Amino acid sequence: MTISADHTAHSEAGAAAPEDAPEQATENAASEAVRKFGITAEDYMLPARHQIGMVGPDGILTPHTEQGTQPGHEYSLPGDEELLAAYEQLVIGRRVNDQNSALVRQGRMAVYPSSHGQEACQVAAALCLSDGDWLFPTYRDSVAVMARGVDPVQTMTLFRGDWHSGYDPAGHKVGIQCTPLTTQLLHAVGVAHAAKLRGEDTVVLAMCGDGATSEGDFHEALNFAAVFHLPVVFFVQNNQYAISVPLAHQSVAPSLAHKAVGYGMAGERVDGNDVVALLAVLDRAVTLARAGSGPLLVEAHTYRMQAHTNADDATRYRQDSEVAQWLAKDPLSRIKTYLTDRGLLDDDNAARIADKAEAVATQLREGLGEDVPVDPQDLFKYVFSAPTPQLKEQSAMLADELARDAAGTSTATEAAK
Amino acid sequence: MSPTDVSAATASAAAQAATAAEQAGPQTITLAKALNTAMADAMHADPSVLVFGEDVGLLGGVFRITDGLTRTFGENRCFDTPLAESGIVGMAVGMAMNGMRPVIEMQFDAFAYPAFEQIVSHVAKMHNRTRGAVKLPMVIRVPYAGGIGGVEHHCDSSESYYAHTAGLKVFTPATVADGYRMLREAIDSDDPVMFMEPKKLYWSKDQVDLDALRDEHAANTERGTSSEGHAAVARPGTDATLIAYGPSVPTALAAAAAAAEEGRSLEVIDVRSIVPFDDETVCASVRKTGRAVVIAEAHGFASVSSEIVARVQERCFHYLAAPIRRVTGFDVPYPAPKLEHYYLPGVDRILDAVDDLQWED
Repeated sequence: MTISADHTAHSEAGAAAPEDAPEQATENAASEAVRKFGITAEDYMLPARHQIGMVGPDGILTPHTEQGTQPGHEYSLPGDEELLAAYEQLVIGRRVNDQNSALVRQGRMAVYPSSHGQEACQVAAALCLSDGDWLFPTYRDSVAVMARGVDPVQTMTLFRGDWHSGYDPAGHKVGIQCTPLTTQLLHAVGVAHAAKLRGEDTVVLAMCGDGATSEGDFHEALNFAAVFHLPVVFFVQNNQYAISVPLAHQSVAPSLAHKAVGYGMAGERVDGNDVVALLAVLDRAVTLARAGSGPLLVEAHTYRMQAHTNADDATRYRQDSEVAQWLAKDPLSRIKTYLTDRGLLDDDNAARIADKAEAVATQLREGLGEDVPVDPQDLFKYVFSAPTPQLKEQSAMLADELARDAAGTSTATEAAK
Repeated sequence: MSPTDVSAATASAAAQAATAAEQAGPQTITLAKALNTAMADAMHADPSVLVFGEDVGLLGGVFRITDGLTRTFGENRCFDTPLAESGIVGMAVGMAMNGMRPVIEMQFDAFAYPAFEQIVSHVAKMHNRTRGAVKLPMVIRVPYAGGIGGVEHHCDSSESYYAHTAGLKVFTPATVADGYRMLREAIDSDDPVMFMEPKKLYWSKDQVDLDALRDEHAANTERGTSSEGHAAVARPGTDATLIAYGPSVPTALAAAAAAAEEGRSLEVIDVRSIVPFDDETVCASVRKTGRAVVIAEAHGFASVSSEIVARVQERCFHYLAAPIRRVTGFDVPYPAPKLEHYYLPGVDRILDAVDDLQWED
């Protein structure tokens, strides 16, 4: 069993693939909104005055008038089936984060950038897409990668240290987890551009963080996507910190979503700990992108509950009181309360989901507990499609070194005698 | 731009190509025309081949290397991008991941530097990072090197940066025929290729038979062979070897011609493919002559030329009658137009280096 089972379930529930959507009808969603609501194109592209939120920290549905919606920025509540699937993935995602952090402490992994506290963003980013769509994740988005159906142990290959990536990006339509910031956004643009040229209705969701919006490739990717009118949803998880540097040192824009209008695309802000609102906003963004409306920018306000990685000490740059405030906004507890109160989640169901999460944790413990032998000859195998004469020479040199080591006749051994 | 069936565009391009009857047999064409023809033929043969960059569309590129491609193949196959090199390369990576074979143009050598992170961290490494699951069949064309009186940032020899990066192939043609041959091979390659075009040779002319080159390409494709990774003996000789590439090959040939008048027979090796490097051809020549001079426009320090000297010395030490000499650009930023003459390796400097190869021993 893997975390992936539920992605299929979600697709069957039919998330956001209006294949019958007339392309020209939403060719310009902005002009449609202008016509329908009498607002300006800028008002459509600028984010709504307030962030979109649907279920508050107490787990109670926010009255429609207080959800932050306004003309041109209307969002409908996601279906029950989608919300249950999201809850299940949230529970699994939280368990994955905590299990992986434990495995790092036990020395089973070199490093793990945890998305603890950001799981609602992770899950919504994966669930809003259909089967043929692509996801381009960062290093902190392992839970989103798994929620797209990639095997949990394969996902952890990068952090275990046996190779730079353990899954086939083309097979899963999930880009390799990217450590350089925002370089993957341009790859997302290219994948979308190729699909568009072939007349395919692929949507690409590209993830980055708040600090990453300072990078040049963020600008180039948004501009290229807008100029070529490509179906890319740029999803910024604003978790308030780039390692130690708070957002105020990255940008003094009214919000990161406001950057959209400068590219001629629509932006929106959403409560990043409210999976209901996240799905509502991302589902609509994916629908619009697929229907030919061009790219969109969605900024989710969330919080990195733990340090950047195990090598970081968050107490050096932020107060415990700040962390405590966000603890009260936990994404998991609010959706659980909401679904329970609505009678959609009972104890049996919750226990079944908890068992699933435990099974994924077990899979991670067992998978990462095994010592996977690494083959030194792999160093040379994948540099090019076929090794160059120089790489063949170097490969033979290493093989010879290893053979002499094994036979106990290496130069070092000789010298020791 | 609306989604268009790429194969439909190809069919119309084929029709246009058929009507534009080309002169048969050998003809005198420029390197620019050879490169242009290579792209057109590749686009004709494979609908996944796309060309994009800055000013490559209607204008045909600032050097006109993409001239007519938009007209022939449409705006979905050859198009202008926003003015951002990292964006061009990064988008090409995504396109290559998703079934296309992008051929992109960096307008000038030094203007490719904003794309350096995409090239080094992604173009070069994607195949390795994914254990071969993702191939990036893309070509990054870079007009490079000097000799055209360009203002600063227009004349850099940037090949050493790319050659130093594991995972990139680095080709540089020096002849008109190789312009066609090597660009077709670069586009065919499943590995990313930095295609370094010596801009001062764009308008150099030679008699070539394009149909013969097409036949050669077709035959190679069928046999699974190519000239990739092979150096060429540009001029045979017996007394010493001049090892050159790209813009320095004609200079080396001129030096060999001048030396011949003085009774000295110099062999000229055109490296052609910097990565992979043809140790065999280069070393065979040096073992035969026992003397070598490496010529390159780039600064000598920590460069392709220093790599060549090191490789040859490691492999041919006992055959050498003299230390290998280098004639390269000085270790200074590329000079202003009125000073470039002093900087560039020239015939006299090459002949001086040859004279220094301990002939009296």
